[in-house]
Amino acid sequence: MIGYATRRILLLVLTLFVASLVIFGAMQLVPGDPILAMFFPRVPSPEVYQSLKRELGLDQPFVVQYLRYMGDVLLRGDLGESFKQLRPVSVIIAQNLWPTTELAIAGILISLAFGVPLGVLAGITASRWLDRIVMVFALIGVSTPSFWLGILLMLIFSLGLGLLPTSGVGGISRLILPGLTLGLYGAGYLARFARSSVLEVKHLDYVTTARSKGLSESMINLRHILRNALIPIITMSGLLAGYMLGGAVIVETVFGRSGLGHVLVNAISQKDFPLVQGILFFVVTMFSLVNLIVDLSYAYIDPRVKY
Amino acid sequence: MKRALREPRIVFGVLFLLGLCLIAILAPYISPYDPLEIYPSESLQPPSARHWFGTDNLGRDVFSRVLHGTRYSLVLGLLAIAISGTFGVLFGLIAGYAGGKTDALIMRIVDVGLAFPSVLLALLVISIIGPGLTSIVLAIGISSTPPFVRIVRGSVLVIKELTFVEAARAIGVGKRRIILRHILPEVFAPALTMATLGLANAIFAASSLSFLGFGARPPTPEWGVLVSAARHQLRAAWWISTFSGLAIMLSVLSINTLGDGLRDILDPKLRGKI
Repeated sequence: MIGYATRRILLLVLTLFVASLVIFGAMQLVPGDPILAMFFPRVPSPEVYQSLKRELGLDQPFVVQYLRYMGDVLLRGDLGESFKQLRPVSVIIAQNLWPTTELAIAGILISLAFGVPLGVLAGITASRWLDRIVMVFALIGVSTPSFWLGILLMLIFSLGLGLLPTSGVGGISRLILPGLTLGLYGAGYLARFARSSVLEVKHLDYVTTARSKGLSESMINLRHILRNALIPIITMSGLLAGYMLGGAVIVETVFGRSGLGHVLVNAISQKDFPLVQGILFFVVTMFSLVNLIVDLSYAYIDPRVKY
Repeated sequence: MKRALREPRIVFGVLFLLGLCLIAILAPYISPYDPLEIYPSESLQPPSARHWFGTDNLGRDVFSRVLHGTRYSLVLGLLAIAISGTFGVLFGLIAGYAGGKTDALIMRIVDVGLAFPSVLLALLVISIIGPGLTSIVLAIGISSTPPFVRIVRGSVLVIKELTFVEAARAIGVGKRRIILRHILPEVFAPALTMATLGLANAIFAASSLSFLGFGARPPTPEWGVLVSAARHQLRAAWWISTFSGLAIMLSVLSINTLGDGLRDILDPKLRGKI
C-alpha cells in the first residue's frame, strides 16, 4: 500500500510537471506579442515596451522564464499578474474559487443522490421495464447539452413559474438550477455505471454461494452485491469531479454566475494569458489531487486491489 | 452482421444517423426558407403551419436554420473523430505492441492529457490557435485522443497474447504483418465503439464551444450558436432555444444509443469503461 502510494504520488508530480510545461509552452506559442496585447487597443511607446519586456522577463530564454515562473508558483504561490485586470492571478482565483466549488459540490451531490440509487435499482430489479425506463432517463441525462438544459430549466422554473432566480451567486436558491444542470449529466453517467457494476457482481460465485446458503434476497442484495458493486463508483466520482470543473465553464456562463469557469472564458476571449495559464494550472492540479485521493482510498477500501 | 440487425439500438441508431446525413446533404433543398434571409415583418413568430419552429428576432425561419445546422454539427463531429480515431489507433497500437519504454513514454503523455478535464484541454488548444471552426475541430480531436489511445492499447495488450498471434509469431510472420493483418482487425471493434460514442461527444463539445463563442459565429446557423443567440430572447421566444437544443439532444442521444448497442454486441467487456 505504501509502495503504491509513493509510486502514485511520484507519477502525479511527473504528470503535473509535464502539464505545467505544456501549459507554459502553449502560452509561448500563441501568436502575437503579450505586451502589445496588454495595451491593446493602445500602443505603448518603445521605451515603455522595452522596460516592460525586461521587467516581465520576456527577454529571457524559455527555460529561464519557465523556471522563474515555477519558482514563484512553488515558493510563494505566485501565479503572476493578470494583463487585463492588473491584479495577481492568485487573488483572482481565490476570489472566484468558492462559487465554483459550491457549484461542483452541488453537482456531485445531485449526481450521487439520483444516479447511484437509480442505477442500482435498474441493476437488481427483476422487472425489465423498470430497468429500461431508468436507462432511458440515464441516456437522456448523458445526451442533453448542459447549456441547453440550463436554459430550459430557467424557462420553466424562473420565467414560467417564477420560483427561482435566473442568475447570480449567493444562497441555495441561486444554486439549485445550476446544480441540477451540472448534476443531471453526472446522474445519468453514474446510473449507467452503477447498473453495469451491479450486473457484473450479480453472477459471481460468492453471490451464488450466499443464495445456496439460504440467505434472503434482500440480504444478498445488501451485503453481497451492493457492497462490492459500489466500490468502483468511488473511482467514477473522482472522474466526475473533473467533469464538474469543465462543466462549470458552461453552466457559469449560462447562469451568469461568477466563478473560475466564467473568468477563464473571459480571459481566453481577452487574450489575458497569465490568467488563462494560472487557472488551467490550478484546475489541473486540483483535479489530479482529487483523483489521487480517490485512487488511494480505493486501494484502502478494496483489499483485493493489488498494485 | 445478423446480430447487429437484431439489436434494436443499432438499427435505430443507424437509421437516425443516415437520416441526419440525408438532412445535411439535402438541407438547401428541403428547407422551406433561406436560413440567412431576414424578414423583419415576420420577427419572433411563434411556431405555426408557416414556420414550424417559429422565427427569430430577425424573422429568420428557425426550422430552416436547425436543418442547416445539421451540416455543421455532423461535419465538425466527423472531422474531430477522424483526428482522434487516427491518432488513437496509431499510438494505441504502437504503445500496446511495442511495450517497454515506448509504451511508458506514450502512456505518460496520455496521462498528462487525462489530467485535464476535456473541456479545459479543448480551451487550451483554442487559446493557442484562436477561435473558429478549424480550431474547434482540432481542439476536440486533440482532447479526445488520450482516452482513445488508452482503450486501443488495452485491447492490443490482450490480443497480442492470444494464441493466433503467438502462432503467427512462431511461424515467423514479420512484426508489421502481425500488426496490420492480425492485431488491427481485432482492434476494429473497440475502435468503432469508441468512435461512435466519440462522435456523440464531439457533436456535444462542438456545440458547447460554439455556445461559448469559440467556434462558429453568428449568423452561421450552427446549433450551439442558435441556442446562444436565443438566450437573449428567452422571455419573448421560448421556441428558438428549445428546438435548436432538441436537435442537439436527439442527435447525441441516438448516436449514443448506436454506440451502446455496438459496444454490447462487439465488446461487452468495455461496458462501464467507455
